Amino acid sequence: MTDPFLDIAALWSGYGSQVVLRDITFSVQKGEIVTIIGPNGCGKTTLLKTLPGLIPALAGRVTMQGQDLSTMPRPLRAQTIAMVMQTLESIHMTVEEYVLLGRLPHFTAWQFLENQTDRQLAESFMTFTHIDHLRRSPLSCISSGERQLAGIAKALVQEPILLLMDEPTSHLDISHQAQIMNRVKTMKDRYGLTVVMVQHDLNLASEYSDKVLLLDKQTQTVFKYGTPDTVINRDNIRAVYHTDVVVASNPHSGRPGIFIKTDL
Amino acid sequence: MNDHGTKRWILIIGSLSILLMVCALLALRLGSTRLSTAQIFEALFHDRDSVTASIILGIRLPRVILAIAVGGALSVAGTLLQGLFRNPLVEPYTLGISGGASLGVCMAILMGLPALMGVTAYPLAGFAGAGIVIVLVYGLGLRTGRLQPNTMLLIGVMISFVSSSLVMLLMAVSEQDDLSNIVFWIMGSLDEPSPVLIRLVLAGSITGLIIALFHSLALNAMVLGDDEAALLGIHTARARKILFVTASLLTGLSVSAGGIIMFVGLIVPHFMRMVAGSDHRILIISSFLAGAGFLTFCDIVARMVIAPLELPVGVITGIIGGVVFIYVLSQKKVAL
Repeated sequence: MTDPFLDIAALWSGYGSQVVLRDITFSVQKGEIVTIIGPNGCGKTTLLKTLPGLIPALAGRVTMQGQDLSTMPRPLRAQTIAMVMQTLESIHMTVEEYVLLGRLPHFTAWQFLENQTDRQLAESFMTFTHIDHLRRSPLSCISSGERQLAGIAKALVQEPILLLMDEPTSHLDISHQAQIMNRVKTMKDRYGLTVVMVQHDLNLASEYSDKVLLLDKQTQTVFKYGTPDTVINRDNIRAVYHTDVVVASNPHSGRPGIFIKTDL
Repeated sequence: MNDHGTKRWILIIGSLSILLMVCALLALRLGSTRLSTAQIFEALFHDRDSVTASIILGIRLPRVILAIAVGGALSVAGTLLQGLFRNPLVEPYTLGISGGASLGVCMAILMGLPALMGVTAYPLAGFAGAGIVIVLVYGLGLRTGRLQPNTMLLIGVMISFVSSSLVMLLMAVSEQDDLSNIVFWIMGSLDEPSPVLIRLVLAGSITGLIIALFHSLALNAMVLGDDEAALLGIHTARARKILFVTASLLTGLSVSAGGIIMFVGLIVPHFMRMVAGSDHRILIISSFLAGAGFLTFCDIVARMVIAPLELPVGVITGIIGGVVFIYVLSQKKVAL
């Protein structure tokens, strides 16, 4: 096995004296889609934000291509890692202005205006995410699904090699869910992008991920890490979520799917 | 921004500059002695010893320059603070800077400093008061090395209340002459006799504009929130400190030279956001130009309405700015 692209070693994180995550260790290969799953409040978003250093790690380290992310220079980090936040506040800014902000890390020291490349990239990724018709609309006047697409376009315009996404499909209907996830997969195939995301929907996680990281709230650490069919099974789900489910394979993809068992 | 956007920016900057020049020319022409444009150019470029030249160079031009400097400074400060705090209701005076300045001036008048030091006592005392408030708000807002926006805002508002109460108290116990001095200073006037101070305010105003423009991209990113800005490579903690200090000093300088000129720092950034959009690169430039033009215009009104007497320009900016703004808001279909 080659050296991992992203290596998380004995990572502890939390807020001040409150520890949320203990001793997290896993690694991600280049071009993989890894999904972090786990019950509410188990620290999924905390983990995602600790990776690029938005929340400083209490112990342990994160290395990308052998480089420690905590000592990576701020501009270089912004050129290589992009993140799509869970919620985007409805701000008074047009979609195009917002997407173009993703080019900031690539601005030269005295650059004040966007150049031709910046505009072309914004153009192509707005087309890619199907929001090019909304370019002049203020972010406050588009739906939350479209805002999520704009967030993805902005992250892609940053031309990252690692993309972090916090619940990219929350609040979306099934067609938008599929649309976004298919696009993530296309990006991975087309650009060799490595993706780490947080996902609540176990079926989406199972369907689109190369690896799944299951976090346990009690022990505050990794319960199981591996391919979807080794992680998503009845015993693991019951142990972490305390819910009895039926697991069957998706007739189309053969991947595990979760069905809720009612008490009736 | 595309080519269409570039053209729009040039159009906005061009028309605001023309507007500013028209206001400045009007301000030079109007007054107790009306002058023609030809006379002004004659006085400025050829005959610098004439009576006309002494009116222009000695009285009207310094006043126009001060109006441009103060109007620009207040508007840029307002734009910066509204962006930093991500709150459209913040203005330079929200942070208590004006309160501190008026308290300083009040105390200077009551202690008889103007009699001792001459007119420079007013700006000095004003700037000292403003400076103390800036240090207070900054120091108290600085927790664990990061500026806490909401804490600062609350502290600023509280300092405003405390200092305006203290000013009231001092006014209540002061003599008639002192009282009218205090009131006149507080209401704001661009009648500033010191050429040194005018140059200082102009230099400070332009420096502030350049610093603001230099950080305009960072400010654009910071509107998205600290996490998003940090991911875009912005050193948010540092940018926030620099911009806060810049906005404070711009306000402090303006207040010490012109007294409390209300609403410019609140209304101009709002107007410009409607006209130019929320991109801080164009917003900061256009706010500076529009603020400068607006204050120059208001000062003409303040001088002309009950000539030869003069109204406090702060009253005019409040009335014109407030009424026009309410009208525009009521005409606008979409919410801000």
